[in-house]
Amino acid sequence: MSSAEETIHRPVWDSDEMAARRRKRYAADRRLQRYGVAAITFAIGFLFLLVATLLYTGASAFVQTKARVTIDLSSAEVSADDLMGAPWRNIVRSSLLALEPTEIPRSDRRAYFQMFTSSAPFLVRDHVIANPDLIGKSFEFKIPFSDPLDQFAKGQISRDTPEDRRRVSNQQIGWFDKLQASGVVSKPFNWGLILNPDSRFPELAGLAGAISGSFWALLVCFLISFPVGVAAAIYLEEFAPKNRLTDIIEININNLAAVPSVVFGLLGLAVFLGWFGLPRSAPLVGGMVLSLMTLPTMIIVTRAALRSVPSSIREAALGIGASRHEAILHHMLPLSMPTILTGTIIGLAQALGETAPLLLIGMNAFITSPPEGVFSASTALPTQIYIWADSPERGFVSRTSAAILVLLGFLVLMNGLAVFLRNRFERRW
Amino acid sequence: MMSEAAVEEAVGAKVDSQPPVKMQGRMVCVYYGDSQALYDVNLDIRKNQVTALIGPSGCGKSTFLRCLNRMNDTIDTCQVKGSITLDGGDIYDASVDVVELRARVGMVFQKPNPFPKSIYENIAYGPRIHGLARTKSEFDEIVETSLRKAGLFEEVKDRLTSPGTGLSGGQQQRLCIARAIAVSPEVILMDEPCSALDPIATAKVEELIDELRQNFTIVIVTHSMQQAARVSQRTAMFHLGNLVEEGDTDKMFTNPDDQRTQDYITGRFG
Amino acid sequence: MIAYLFLFLIIAATIAYFIASRRAVAIAGNDARGLHSRPIYHGLNALVYTAIPAFIFILLWLLFEGSVIDMLLMSAYPGADAMTGAERDLLLSEIRQVAVGNIFREPTPEITAAVERFHSLNATANLLLGAAVVIIALAGAGLAVTSVSKRFLARHSFERSVTIFMIFASTVAILTTLGIVASLLYEAYLFFERVPVTDFLFGIRWEPQIPLREDQIAGQGAFGAIPVFVGTILISFLAMAVAVPVGILSAIYLTEYASPRFRAVVKPMLEVLAGIPTVVYGFFAVLTVAPALRQAGISIGLDVAPNSAIAAGGVMGIMLIPFISSLSDDAFAAVPQAIRDGSLAVGATKGETIRKVLLPAALPGIVGGVLLALSRAIGETMIVVMAAGLIAKMTVNPLDSVTTVTVQIVTLLIGDSEFDNPKTLAAFALGLMLFIITLFLNLIALRIVRKYRESY
Repeated sequence: MSSAEETIHRPVWDSDEMAARRRKRYAADRRLQRYGVAAITFAIGFLFLLVATLLYTGASAFVQTKARVTIDLSSAEVSADDLMGAPWRNIVRSSLLALEPTEIPRSDRRAYFQMFTSSAPFLVRDHVIANPDLIGKSFEFKIPFSDPLDQFAKGQISRDTPEDRRRVSNQQIGWFDKLQASGVVSKPFNWGLILNPDSRFPELAGLAGAISGSFWALLVCFLISFPVGVAAAIYLEEFAPKNRLTDIIEININNLAAVPSVVFGLLGLAVFLGWFGLPRSAPLVGGMVLSLMTLPTMIIVTRAALRSVPSSIREAALGIGASRHEAILHHMLPLSMPTILTGTIIGLAQALGETAPLLLIGMNAFITSPPEGVFSASTALPTQIYIWADSPERGFVSRTSAAILVLLGFLVLMNGLAVFLRNRFERRW
Repeated sequence: MMSEAAVEEAVGAKVDSQPPVKMQGRMVCVYYGDSQALYDVNLDIRKNQVTALIGPSGCGKSTFLRCLNRMNDTIDTCQVKGSITLDGGDIYDASVDVVELRARVGMVFQKPNPFPKSIYENIAYGPRIHGLARTKSEFDEIVETSLRKAGLFEEVKDRLTSPGTGLSGGQQQRLCIARAIAVSPEVILMDEPCSALDPIATAKVEELIDELRQNFTIVIVTHSMQQAARVSQRTAMFHLGNLVEEGDTDKMFTNPDDQRTQDYITGRFG
Repeated sequence: MIAYLFLFLIIAATIAYFIASRRAVAIAGNDARGLHSRPIYHGLNALVYTAIPAFIFILLWLLFEGSVIDMLLMSAYPGADAMTGAERDLLLSEIRQVAVGNIFREPTPEITAAVERFHSLNATANLLLGAAVVIIALAGAGLAVTSVSKRFLARHSFERSVTIFMIFASTVAILTTLGIVASLLYEAYLFFERVPVTDFLFGIRWEPQIPLREDQIAGQGAFGAIPVFVGTILISFLAMAVAVPVGILSAIYLTEYASPRFRAVVKPMLEVLAGIPTVVYGFFAVLTVAPALRQAGISIGLDVAPNSAIAAGGVMGIMLIPFISSLSDDAFAAVPQAIRDGSLAVGATKGETIRKVLLPAALPGIVGGVLLALSRAIGETMIVVMAAGLIAKMTVNPLDSVTTVTVQIVTLLIGDSEFDNPKTLAAFALGLMLFIITLFLNLIALRIVRKYRESY
């Protein structure tokens, strides 16, 4: 051993002290790892809890308890000339009474009729108007039960609850059991959830208005934000001189992407409704507000897509005498289009879930018919969810969950399409 | 390819004239996934000597170096076969603690990689995690001696609290050497430590390597023949994952046994 | 009407396109190279000249038509000068309702007259618009078609139009910001004319109810925003208390410990959390989390409000987890592998490398991400609208119910479109504060993140 060696004082690695220290260090390492696993479990656990809650509460809204009744129009005073004026209420009531073999005393009839949706006469009327050949005949029709009985049939209301604490009386349960025994009660798939417009009665409320409202708003949003976003991105990426103004535009776009959505709602309310006088609750205004929110995403995505096209392609086009516009329109843009479309779909999916700005411009109105276009008042899917979540009737809880499932379904579809586009068409350079 | 017995014989014959063996690789094979990067390498690293690993790029010299302190463990697909010993103990044995191993076999990288911390904290990091010092004055002493040994103390003594990333490239590399020294390793591995440095900084680091030899065993990977000739006592030539030849640096550069070594040294390929 | 005009423009533009390009072909004759621009550009140029000016004219017309007609209606209506804004709006909406046939009660003679006037005004307006659009379109088409010649730089002309559109498109973002700032400032200014700025900024009572009748005792209401901000800060703090540790720890695990397969499965799942609309989280908070927390509180003897701050904040935190985790993920990924190697090579464990080297190195990026998340938490609306309270309380008790800036904005504005009472205007003052605070946070965060990216 040389003398220089002595100047180095080397630790004794295999001493007990060092070994104990190392054990502690490894324990700390494992602890950190466990915290990480715990954090991930927490987050994913909530995701599952969320989805499970929605499925659990929402599943029942996809079926609707209905009673099969025979509507007899043969004797009744229904003529094809005045379908609106026919005594539908009496026709339906007598059909409902016919379900019960024993005579129901007059004093109990009110409770009996409350078992069924109060809009039953209108349902029958609309059915006959749609099928005029039923006039003068007798046909079967399924009448939805009212919300309390629907909930009872789905087990949401228990028999064991004391009578004064549930919305279904013992007498009604008795009738319902009899109806069930006679086989007229069924639980078909609730097409009304998708095909009906909104209603005050949970058993009739559907998403038709909300879905078409969202559709129109997204259409407007796409028609504005796609061309404007792509054009802005091309300009900023390919043409804009590098100066202060361009810098400001860029910072501004990044900032706009992080402005709270409710502020966009205030913008829409003050500018589009207040100053320009556009109609309240219209999908047009909703789409305009959403397009302003989507625009930053569109620009950022398109710029990234353009940037990923190798500059050799542009140079090749310029080299054979194409103008800068031609090089971009004929080569760069088509090559980056799959990425741009993917980004667009994801941006639109985000816009579909936006609620707050639509609330401020009044797309939370109670509207019982689907909108005819971008100017007529309407709700949108997320605002409909908000309205239903705020409604006190028990039946709206499961409908809200069901509406959320429908919304999530659309989101999954859109994102799936985006993933498909990306995998199928996106080029890697 | 020499048989194992022949290797033992060859090593045994030289043992009298040479310092004792510090690390020893026997039949070392390395795989990255399906592709093999090293083939049956047998190499001795001798105590208080500088061993240079040379060869054209992609020849496996860095791979071998990274096997010596198991830095290859950080690559998931990497597999090491054969045996590598440190003072006679297999470093790939299940009982070996990789943290202890790396404290004993330190490493300096191609590009200076100081932590984004102060100069002081860069040096104190190793001793702190290994518990080599307790009091502030003990840490101060380690930091100072390490910096002195790395020849950096005089340059940075007034700004120990400023960030290590603010130093020049050569200073950063010496800081990294000081960081490695601070845990008093027995072996220091250097992976092309001067490739990112200018000639003056390179000269300083080479000088430093020569001084460090007194206290540490050094293995250096270099692509510069001159550097290998200047700093090392022994040289090992790698080619296509094979150890072509190893021996005294003087002999390797004047009278190599293998034609490939001859060609490489004279610049015919590489 | 508008639809017909658009249809007309499409047809006219198409015809102009064909005429111009045919003409170009005819002029060129056999020598296609004699033309400066290819025929298609002559056609496109004619298309732009025909459709675009007329299109812009229609948009501008639509923008102002409504208010001009309203003004004309009101100027002819007896006694309209003496009306307040609200009364005018009510009257106008009644006239419009009657005009489309929704008659709820027998209209007064004045209204009947106004409706007739409305119809005639509309007819005149439509006629004017139609004539103007046709003239503009034909003039544009004529100009473009007659200018077709061998040396006409049709491509340049067309590309100039495209460039102008692109420049306009790039300024839309700026116009949006200006629109936000202008509308918020203007409405807030109207608010501060009625309620002093100092009362708003430093007042500690927030009771924005205004009297419906003159003699109501509720009085003028109070617009001290401090309790609203306290509530916002409390809920944001709770959200960050959930999101920051969970987000950073999961990012650490995913980038440093997890196998690639685990990461490939779990990372998208975390991102799903970010894709769920906030109204869904709001419902989840109301339906599941708040009652569960209340039950839990009762079982250990704590009084938890049904719409407790902790329920809203906690759920908001869950929403923010993927946000923080993906930004931290980026921050960790940006730290060069060489620095990890340097730490491992002196014998550090993975955990030590993460805690003592990676975390400090990635800190600026993480802080930037946390600030962005905080700005989101402050501006988040639906979760708090559904799960937090309406009453502004000066409390920092997470089990109590508090309100936030965004909740107040929404509740003050829902179902109310009058712009002339302090209640609705207060929403814009709150919106202005919200915009300033989030803008400030975003600017700092973006700067930190950008600086940090440059340093590696």
